[in-house]
Amino acid sequence: MSMIGKPFKYAESPEYLNPPPGGHSACPGCGEILAMRYFLKAAGEKIILVMPPGCAGANINAPAPSLPPSIRALATPFMTAPVLAGGLSTALRVRGDTETTVIAWTGDGATFDIGLAGLSGAAERNEDIIYVCYDNEGYMNTGNQRSSATPRGARTSTSPAPTTKLERKKDIMQIMAAHAIPYSATASIAFPDDLMEKVKRAMELRGFRFFHILAPCPTGWLYRAEKTIEVARLAVETGFFPLYEVENGIYIRLNRESRGLPLENFIRLQGRFSALTSDQIEELKREIELRWELLKTLIKYGQNQCH
Amino acid sequence: MIKVITGNEAAAYGALLCKPEVVCAYPITPQSRIPEQIAEFVAQGLFKGKFVNVESEVAALGYVIGASAGGVRVFTATSSQGLAVMHEQLHWAAGARLPIVLVNVNRPLAAPWELTSEQTDSLSQRDTGWLQFYCESNQEVLDTIIQAYKLAETVGLPVMVCLDGVYLSYVAETVEIRDQEAVDHFLPPYHPEVSSQRYSYKIFMKEAPAMFGPQGYVRRSYMADRYELHRLHQMSFELAERINGEFEQMFGTGYPLVEEYRADDADVVAVTSGSAVGTARFVVDRMREEGYKIGLIKIKMFRPFPKHLIRKTLSGRKKIAIIERDLSPGQCGILHQEIRWALNVPGQTTPPTYGFVAGLGGEDITPELIKKAIEFTMKNDPVDQDIIWLGLVEKRQYDEYDRKTLQIR
Repeated sequence: MSMIGKPFKYAESPEYLNPPPGGHSACPGCGEILAMRYFLKAAGEKIILVMPPGCAGANINAPAPSLPPSIRALATPFMTAPVLAGGLSTALRVRGDTETTVIAWTGDGATFDIGLAGLSGAAERNEDIIYVCYDNEGYMNTGNQRSSATPRGARTSTSPAPTTKLERKKDIMQIMAAHAIPYSATASIAFPDDLMEKVKRAMELRGFRFFHILAPCPTGWLYRAEKTIEVARLAVETGFFPLYEVENGIYIRLNRESRGLPLENFIRLQGRFSALTSDQIEELKREIELRWELLKTLIKYGQNQCH
Repeated sequence: MIKVITGNEAAAYGALLCKPEVVCAYPITPQSRIPEQIAEFVAQGLFKGKFVNVESEVAALGYVIGASAGGVRVFTATSSQGLAVMHEQLHWAAGARLPIVLVNVNRPLAAPWELTSEQTDSLSQRDTGWLQFYCESNQEVLDTIIQAYKLAETVGLPVMVCLDGVYLSYVAETVEIRDQEAVDHFLPPYHPEVSSQRYSYKIFMKEAPAMFGPQGYVRRSYMADRYELHRLHQMSFELAERINGEFEQMFGTGYPLVEEYRADDADVVAVTSGSAVGTARFVVDRMREEGYKIGLIKIKMFRPFPKHLIRKTLSGRKKIAIIERDLSPGQCGILHQEIRWALNVPGQTTPPTYGFVAGLGGEDITPELIKKAIEFTMKNDPVDQDIIWLGLVEKRQYDEYDRKTLQIR
C-alpha cells in the first residue's frame, strides 16, 4: 500500500506564478506571501483572518495591503490569535453565521513561542477555527532573531556565528497531534496543489484545524530571492520538512516520500547555515533520519487504525 | 426578588440579568465564585449564552475581545494578578472601542502574596482607556453592572466594575435581584450595527475600508485616535449621569458618580471609595451626634475622573481627609493625586488635603481608624506630607531603617 498521494504539480507551473493583483509590501521572494496566496485561493472569501504581529500582520498594514479588499481581517496582540479567533468564531455562530471560517494566520513566533499556551487552550477546547503557522524559522519581522522553530546550526541575529543556534527545532506537529484535534497538516509553497487540497479538506471539517507551512525567507535565511521555491522544494525532498496529515491525533497520510536528496543540497543554498561544520551536518542528518523513522512508524500505525 | 448573597454572587446575577451572549472568565481568589456561579446558572438552564472556560486571563480577555469584535454582548471577571496579566489587552479593548464589561474584585498585587483586599490593582490600570466604577455594597455591584452595559454600548468603550475583595466579594448582604423584564426594558439587546460610536465594528464589517483593530486604522493617525478616545471619556460623564437617572427612575435606587453624605455644612470632609464608604458613613453619623461638623464624599466613578463634581463638592472646604486603600509607591495614594489635580483651579486656593493610606493588604479599615483620621485632620494644621499612614502596625522597623540610611553620608 502506497503512503504517497498522486504526483504533485510544482510551483513552477505558470498557473501558480502570476503575481497578486495589488502587489505586496513583503520582501522580494517572501515565502509567506505565496503561502497566503495559495491558502486564500483554496479557502475562498467566506473567511475572516485573525492576525497577530508578524511578517504577515505587518505586510497587511503596510501602505500596499496584501489582502484582497473583500477579505476581512482582525488584528490581535501577539499572544492571543488563537483565543481571539475562537471568541470571534463563537460570536459568529451565536449570531447565526455558520458559513464564515475564522482563520488565525500566524508566524512561528506567535505559534511556537509566545502564543503556545493560547494555541494549546484553543486546541483543547476544539474551537471552530483554522490555525495556520507560516514558519520562516525565526522572528523575521523584527530582523531575524532566533525562535524555537529555528533549526539547529542556523545563525540568526540573536544566535550569531560561530556559535549559531544550539538547540533543535521544536516539533510543533507532535504537540498539536497530542491534542487529538480533527485535522492538522504540514504543507509547502513548492507544492501548491497539495497545499490547496489540504485547505479544501480542512474547510469541509469543523473544529480546530492546524496548518504548519514552511515559508522560506530570503532575508533571514540568506539566499537569493528567486530561490524561494527551490529552497522550499529541497526542504521537502531532502527530508528536512516532511509533508503529512494527522486526523484526531492519528498520523494518517504521508503525502510525499523524501527523495533522499543529500541534506547539503538544502543547506548550501542558505547563508544562515554557512557556519555549520561537517560534524554538525551529520548531527542534523541523524536528527532528520530519526524523525523520519518515527514519522513512518506513526503513519504505519495510523493506517492500520484506519483499515 | 430579595436574596442574601455575596458580592461575587451579586456580580454573577448582574451579568445574568444583562444576558451576555459570551461569558469567559478565569478563576482567581477572591473572584472565583463569579465564574462558578455563572456555571451553575448554565447548569440550571438560567443562562442561555455561551460560557467558555479558558486557560488563562490572557485567554479570558482575548476571547471576549474576539467575541465582542464579532458583535455580541460579553462579560468577564478577574482580580489583581489576573488583571495585571490582562494589562496589554486592556489597552487593546479600549483602543478597539469594544463595549466589554469586566468585573474586577480588588485584591493586592504580589509580591508578597496577599489574597485579600486593595484597590491598587485596578486604580493602576487608570491609563488603559477603560471606564471605572467602584462599589460600596453588593446591591451596588449588581446595579452598576446593569448600568455599565448601557454605558459601554452607548459610548463604545469597555467598563470595569470594581468591588473590594473579601469585604464585598465574600460577605453576604441582602440584594434585590432586579426584575428581568424591567432590566430588558432598561437594557435592550445589543445591536452593534446601530450604535453610532461603533466605528471599529463598521470597519470590521467592511462598511469602512480598513483592517479592524487599533493598528488597523489605515491612514488614520494614532494621535487622532487617542484624541477620540479622550473625547469619548469626556462624553461618558454626562452619559453615565443620564443612565443612572434612568436607572433610578425605573428601579428606585441611584448611585451618584460622586456622592455627598451629610456634607452640606461640613468643614472637614472625608473622601473614600469602595467598601470603606459604608464604614465611613457610620463614623460620620456617630461624630455628627457628638456635634462635629463633618461629612463624607464617596467616589464611585474613577475613570473618567469626575473633575467637575469633585470641584463642586470639595472646593472651599476647610480640610479634606482622603482615606484610601491603595498606594502609588514614591508618590502617594492614587485618589489623593487625582483629587489634588481636580482641585487645582486657576485663581482659587486649593483646600488642604490630608492623604491617608489605609487597609493595604486587606487590613481592616475600622470605624476607629476612620475616626482617628478625621480627628487628626481636625486637630492638625495642614501637613506637608505625601502620606499619613493609617494603621501601620510595623512602622518602627522602617523608622530604624530611616535612621540607618540617614547616617550614611
